[in-house]
Amino acid sequence: MVEKTQFVLSEAAKSKIDSWLAKYPPEQKRSAVIPALHIAQDENQGWLSDEAMEAVADYLGLPKMAVFEVATFYSMYNLKPIGKHQISVCTNVSCMLKGSDKIAEHFKNKLGISFNETTSDGNATLKEVECLAACAGAPACMIDKTYYENLTPEKIDELLRGLSST
Amino acid sequence: MTNATIEIEIDGKKLDVEPGSMVIEAADEAGIPIPRFCYHKKLSVAANCRMCLVEVEKVGKPLPACATPVTAGMKVFTQSEKARIAQRSVMEFLLINHPLDCPICDQGGECELQDLSMGYGQDITRFSEGKRSVANEDMGPLVATEMTRCIQCTRCVRFGEEISGVRELGTLGRGEHLWIGTYIKQSLTSEISANIIDLCPVGALTSKPFQFTARAWELTQHPSIAPHDCLGSNLFIHSRKQEVMRVVPRENEKINETWLSDRDRFSYLGIHSHKRLTKPLVKISGEWQEVEWDIALRTVVAKISGVLDLYEPSQLAALISPNSTIEEMYLLQKILRKLGSNNIDHRLHQSDFSDQDDQVLMPTLTGMTLEEMEEQETILIFGSHLNHEQPLAAVRVRKAIQQGAQVFSINAMDYDFAFDLAGKIIENPTSLPTTLASLIQEVANITAQSLPEFFTASFSGKNPSETIKRLAKRLVDTKRNSLLLGELAQNHPNASTIRTLSQLLSTLIPLKLAFLTFGANSAGAWMAGVLPHRQAAGQTISTPGLTIHDALEKKLKAYILFGIEPGKDLAFSSQALAAFSEAETLIAFTSFSDRVLMERAHVILPISVFAETSGTFINVAGTWQTFRGAVTPRGEIRPGWKVLRALANFFGFDEDFRYTSSEMIRDELQQLTPASPSSSHPQTLSLHANFSPAAGMVSRIIAWPLYQTDSLVRHAEALQATPLHESPRLHLNQKTADKFALSAGEMAQVNRKEIILPVHIDASIPDDCVYIPAGFEETAGLSVPFGEILLEKASA
Ligand code: SF4
Ligand code: FES
Ligand code: FES
Repeated sequence: MVEKTQFVLSEAAKSKIDSWLAKYPPEQKRSAVIPALHIAQDENQGWLSDEAMEAVADYLGLPKMAVFEVATFYSMYNLKPIGKHQISVCTNVSCMLKGSDKIAEHFKNKLGISFNETTSDGNATLKEVECLAACAGAPACMIDKTYYENLTPEKIDELLRGLSST
Repeated sequence: MTNATIEIEIDGKKLDVEPGSMVIEAADEAGIPIPRFCYHKKLSVAANCRMCLVEVEKVGKPLPACATPVTAGMKVFTQSEKARIAQRSVMEFLLINHPLDCPICDQGGECELQDLSMGYGQDITRFSEGKRSVANEDMGPLVATEMTRCIQCTRCVRFGEEISGVRELGTLGRGEHLWIGTYIKQSLTSEISANIIDLCPVGALTSKPFQFTARAWELTQHPSIAPHDCLGSNLFIHSRKQEVMRVVPRENEKINETWLSDRDRFSYLGIHSHKRLTKPLVKISGEWQEVEWDIALRTVVAKISGVLDLYEPSQLAALISPNSTIEEMYLLQKILRKLGSNNIDHRLHQSDFSDQDDQVLMPTLTGMTLEEMEEQETILIFGSHLNHEQPLAAVRVRKAIQQGAQVFSINAMDYDFAFDLAGKIIENPTSLPTTLASLIQEVANITAQSLPEFFTASFSGKNPSETIKRLAKRLVDTKRNSLLLGELAQNHPNASTIRTLSQLLSTLIPLKLAFLTFGANSAGAWMAGVLPHRQAAGQTISTPGLTIHDALEKKLKAYILFGIEPGKDLAFSSQALAAFSEAETLIAFTSFSDRVLMERAHVILPISVFAETSGTFINVAGTWQTFRGAVTPRGEIRPGWKVLRALANFFGFDEDFRYTSSEMIRDELQQLTPASPSSSHPQTLSLHANFSPAAGMVSRIIAWPLYQTDSLVRHAEALQATPLHESPRLHLNQKTADKFALSAGEMAQVNRKEIILPVHIDASIPDDCVYIPAGFEETAGLSVPFGEILLEKASA
């Protein structure tokens, strides 16, 4: 969809996928498609290129389409290259009631980008997501794989400082 | 299936229904209408559109009729207040995102959504927000898309998953953003992809060649029969005035179910080709002149009589396409035999005729029906690219697999079948007969049966491979077995051996032999007597004529060609070109202008094609299917049977040629008592054509690609533009290429420049073989259909 990239599943990735496959009956390899896509995404700078999806399809013996359907269904998969860090801001009901509009606005201003954009230095991509299942700590966001709750503009500034230094 | 039915009630009507069936099936059976979009009787139940909601007594919520199984005593109401409200609400939801611009939609007038909205929709919309829109994709030259119109019924997606076996379309994204798309914008690549046009209830997927050319209500519908493969799929021709506008499937459970292959659906485009010849032509001092019919026919009579005055009648031969109707075939052989010649043949692709006297009346499925193909437990595909040769037979085989069948393939190329094989053997075509023999040996060993002398004398001890062992065991263990013999098996230089071995195998275990013949009417050709050794209805002849191979090889004085483009339709095309350039007379009945015919023929008679003539085909199940013409051909083009009848009259054969309709010809043939040729199979076996390549040579594999099978298909431009269209190339695997120092894209010469073709590296070809497709001008000069050839890099 975007650019042609090379992608080969590493041995480490394959053995991780194998450990998922071991949990399902041998003729039900498609059961492992979700973790397999995550593993491939982690190996491909956080996004799924066509080649990465095809590698998963081949490895699991599934039609490419079956993998593509799953990859487009879940917002946790990125089908375009993303920045070094991914910031996912929840704007669903609980967070909205606790002011996620302001939170999102603050992220946008600070980073100088809108949702689904990446900063020009390639450091961060901003995404709007549905309920993160962290309503008790709303407003919430997820940076890479870590949750941050009860966000305030100050907290965000601090988080962003941490990001730019890594 | 049990016979016990249960009783239910729909709208007060008592019905006896099959337990396990769905309410919608029971209603359909009883003719009670229930609106629906996602339900289709040939696809799995998705129950996602909710249009079919009905009220069921003692159930609080309305239920989807397509996904609600019947239960004894159930009372269903399709028109109650509750049902109507539910149906109306669903329609309102469906229309929220659907464009309301039917006048500019190609589906308008035959749209299930438009029709149902008349009954269940409201005349004003309460939805004032913006509608969703979806980007279109280019799915290739056959299917046009307008994805904003999609109502996400997923019929097209299920079709790929369940019927064609090629998952071309998928449901992508989710929720409000769900869309139907291809995998990364690919064109459709299945041989039956265009069925999604009929399946799509709305205008999201429509026919690209037909797009915006006519409205449904302007069209006249004519039932007809597909003219390309031996299934004889049933179809409707839709015409406007005297023009064929499109072709759609006509349901026949016994043959094509509700489907149609893309070849059968779009070949009609060839009818309108600018290469059609519309006037009879006579060559006068080297120049083509348009003439009236009587002059043309008089010229034919003069030319043929001229040859017959000087030479024996055996100097005359006729070749006819197996896509001709039995009426055309019957008349042509009748004329030829009146003229004293038995040199007539339709076996354009074949090369081994040595067992012709032992063959049965006509090649068929030997008693099996196409429906029974789905019930087979073990199927061996031998020498066949099934999904290209008979695309809808492949659908049956897929269904058999879904019901637990195992399918094996023994082939000279590793074809992509769109279904999973339980085992395959891909090898040099030379080895195919011995591999079949090893299977026989293994089956005989397992079942402790002794094999006849003639077998043991010719085939001793080729060790069975693992796959053969597995296949043999399976064949012995299962009862419903069939062996599908495809084109490669029948065109093979040892085809007679393959036939004899197949018969032998069928005496050892229960096994149905299916001769999947080339063209729409090969069975009809046997019945009509277009064979050198048999007359109509299989009557034998004391002094048989020449087979197609001998008739070409011997360079006779006069030839008649019917529906044949010599460079493209004949296995022995180079022999044909040589024979025709020396012949004193070449008469061509043809629909299209062809380079070879224009160069070498003396008279050209323009005949009708599919849709322009009445006639009959006999399909592979032995069914006679008669059809009528749908349109009158343009110009001076005339139906083939009429031209032949007139020609007979010009020859002075009035007595026996008083036909005023094609039905009279068919009836005459049908009233003949078919001979029952002794089915005593030959008791000898010889690999008379031993063609294993000598050192430094390779074996040629010949096949007619999907969209090169006959002249009508070759002139259908949309088909020629699909990804399934092949181009004339020399296919070989890397190892063989290395041996001859050839690399991809380079030009290679075959047999000291008989032909020169670009090299294509193709992993599906076995070692020391090349696949060179037929059906192209570029490959016409090659003198061996199978057999050894010399390969060299073409000097610049
Ligand atoms: S494209 Fe047509 S057939 Fe496919 S899901 Fe949409 S409406 Fe249904
Ligand atoms: S709504 Fe934001 S975490 Fe649940
Ligand atoms: S037809 Fe029953 S839910 Fe679509």
